Amino acid sequence: MANVSVNSSITKTVGKLSIVAVAMFAFVFVVMVPLYNVLCDVLGINGKTSGERYEVVESAVDLSREIRVQFVATNNDGMPWVFHPTQSVVKVNPGAVNDTVFFAKNPLLNDMVAQAIPSIAPSRAADYFHKTECFCFNQQPLSAGAETNMPLQFIVDQDLPDDIKTITLSYTLFDVTAMVNPQAAIAKR
Amino acid sequence: MSAHHGPAKGLMRWVLTTNHKDIGTMYLWFSFAMFIMGGAFAMIIRAELFQPGLQIVEPEFFNQMTTMHGLVMVFGAIMPSFVGLANWLIPMMIGAPDMALPRMNNLSFWILPPTFALLASTLFMEGGAPNFGWTFYAPLSTTYAPDTVTFFIFGVHLLGLSSIMGSINIIATVVNLRAPGMTYMKMPMFVWTWLITAFLLIAVMPVLAGAVTMMLMDVHFGTSFFSAAGGGDPVLFQHIFWFFGHPEVYIIILPAFGVVSQIIPTFARKPLFGYDSMVYATASIAFLSFIVWAHHMYTVGMPLTGELFFMYATMLIAVPTGVKVFNWITTMWRGSMTFETPMLFCIGFVFLFTVGGFTGVMLSLAPVDFQYHDSYFVVAHFHYVMVAGAVFSMSAAIYYWLPKWCGKMYNENMGKAHFWISFVGFNLTFFPQHFLGLAGMPRRIPDYALQFTDFNTMSSIGAFIYGASQILFLFNVIHTIMAGKPTSEEKTWEGAEGLEWTVATPAPYHTFTTPPDVK
Repeated sequence: MANVSVNSSITKTVGKLSIVAVAMFAFVFVVMVPLYNVLCDVLGINGKTSGERYEVVESAVDLSREIRVQFVATNNDGMPWVFHPTQSVVKVNPGAVNDTVFFAKNPLLNDMVAQAIPSIAPSRAADYFHKTECFCFNQQPLSAGAETNMPLQFIVDQDLPDDIKTITLSYTLFDVTAMVNPQAAIAKR
Repeated sequence: MSAHHGPAKGLMRWVLTTNHKDIGTMYLWFSFAMFIMGGAFAMIIRAELFQPGLQIVEPEFFNQMTTMHGLVMVFGAIMPSFVGLANWLIPMMIGAPDMALPRMNNLSFWILPPTFALLASTLFMEGGAPNFGWTFYAPLSTTYAPDTVTFFIFGVHLLGLSSIMGSINIIATVVNLRAPGMTYMKMPMFVWTWLITAFLLIAVMPVLAGAVTMMLMDVHFGTSFFSAAGGGDPVLFQHIFWFFGHPEVYIIILPAFGVVSQIIPTFARKPLFGYDSMVYATASIAFLSFIVWAHHMYTVGMPLTGELFFMYATMLIAVPTGVKVFNWITTMWRGSMTFETPMLFCIGFVFLFTVGGFTGVMLSLAPVDFQYHDSYFVVAHFHYVMVAGAVFSMSAAIYYWLPKWCGKMYNENMGKAHFWISFVGFNLTFFPQHFLGLAGMPRRIPDYALQFTDFNTMSSIGAFIYGASQILFLFNVIHTIMAGKPTSEEKTWEGAEGLEWTVATPAPYHTFTTPPDVK
C-alpha cells in the first residue's frame, strides 16, 4: 500500500473533498441566508413588507374602488405592553395617503424597548402595501409607565389586484430590551 | 509489517486499531447498541399510546422520547450501521488492503460513543433532554428550548465531523484503491451506492452544522437568524434544515439499495438486471434530493409556483426509484430462487419499501399534503421506508455476510423466525398508523381522542412484537459467533459473486495485501 503515487493521489482527493465540506458550511451563511431574504423581498412572500420607507410617487387616486384595511396588534409571548390600533378597520382608496395611529403603553416599573414586526395577509398584497411612515421602522423605547401613540402612514398601490378587497396588516410587538440599552434609547428620543 | 501480522491483544486493540475490519465491527456493534436504546425509547412511546389518556409518562418526557428516538435511530443506529458495513466490505469488494485513511477511520468511529453518551446524559439533567423533535424547528429549539439544547448542538457538530471524515475516507478509498482492472462500471452496486452517499454526506452535513451553529448563536450570542424580533425568520430554519434533511433520507436509504442489489442476484442466481441503469438511477436520486426539500413544508405558505415546482420535482423521484424496484423484480424473474433469511429480508424490503414509496407519492401532492401534514400518516410513511427499508436491508446484510466475517453459520430457523416475527410485528405496528393519520391523529402527542384507541392498541402490540424480534436477532448473532457451525467455504452462498467471496472464510485480518487482478 505504501505506494508513493497512490498516497499523493489520496492526499489530493482528501484536499478537494475537505474544500467541498468547508465551502458547503460557508454556503449556508453567505448564500442561503441572504438568498432567502432577497427572495422573500422580491417575491413578497411570507407577508413580509418592506422595512424601508416608501418614497411617494405622484399618482392619481383611484376613486372607483375602496379597500378595507384591517389592523391587528398582537403581543409576542411575555410582552406586557398594552398595544392596540386606535381604528380597527379603515376604508381607503388606492393611491391615497392614509394616516392612523397605534396605542402603546408600558405598564411596568422599568424602561423598555419594543420592536414591532409587520405582516400582511393575503401575502400577495404585501407588494402593494406601501408604508411611508411607520413605527415599525425603528425600535420603540418607552420609559416606565409611559404611553404613546405610534404613527403609521400608508398608501395602497393602484395596481393592487382587483380580487383583493380586504388587506389585514398585523403587527407583533417584541420585547427587545435585552438587546439594547433602554436608557440610551429613551435619551436619544 | 508482515502480511501475516494478526490483531493486537486486549482492549487496546480496539482503541488503537486502524484495521478496517475491526473498525467495521465496532461500528456495527455500536449501532446495534444504539438501535436497542432508540428502540427502548420507542417502546416507551408505544406503551404510553397503548390507551388514551396519560398513564405512564408525563407529556414533557414523552416529547423527549420522540426527540431522542428519532435522533438516536437516525444518527446512532442507521447511519453508523451502514458505515460499519462500508468499512467491512468496500475494501474487500474493490480489492484494497484497507481504507485509504486508516487513522482518520479510527477517529471517526471513536467520536461517536462519547457523543451519544453526551446526548443520553441530557436525559438526567435539569430541564430534561431535547424535546423539540428530531427536526428541531426553531423557535421550539431556540427560544423555547431546554438548556440542554447546547449539548445537543455540540453533539450534532461532533456527529457531522465524524460523518464527514468517514465520507472523505470512503471516497478516497473508492477513487484511489481499486484493484487493477476494477473500472467504475465494474464496481459492485454496494460500492456505487456508498460512493454517491458519501458525496451527499459531504455536501449536506456542513449545512446541518451551519443550521445548528445559527441556533447556537441565536440562543447564546444574541443573533436573530430565526427570531422574528430581530428581523429573522423561523421559516428560514425549515429551509436550511430540509436542505440537509432531504438528502439525509437518501443517505440512509441508498446504501440499503446497494445491499439489496448485492443479495437478490445471489439468491436468484442471476446477475443483477440493468446494472448500468441502477448506477444512473442512484445518481439521479442523489441529484433530485437537492431540489425537493420544501415538500416537507408545503404548509408554511409558499407561493403557488413554489408548491408546484417542489411537487413535480418530488414526483420525479418516483421514476429512478421505480427503475430500481423494476430491476430488483426483474432480477428475481425466472431466477432459481431460494429463500434463505437474507433473501427473505430483501423481498420484504422490496415489497414494504414500495408501499412506503407509494405513500411518499401521496405525500408529494401538495393539495392533499395539507391534510396529511404532521399526522400519523407521515409517521407510517417514513417508518415504511426507514424500518422496512434501512433496517430490513441491514438485517439482510448481517445474515448474508456474517458467515464470511466470523467463519460460523447462523441458525437458519432462528433467522427465518426473526424475519417472520419482524414482518408481522412491523406491519401490525405501522399499517394501522396510515388509517390513524387519515382520520386526523396528529403525531408527537402523548394522548389521543377515543376513536383512535383500537388502531393505537394494535400498533402498540405490533411494536412490542417487533421489539422482541430484535432480541431474537441479537441472540442469533451472539449464538453464531460463540457456537455457530464452523464453515470454511470461500463462497458461503453458491450464487454469490464478487471479490469478498474469493478470500478465505473467516476473512483473514489482512486481505488483498497484493491487489487481485480483475478481469
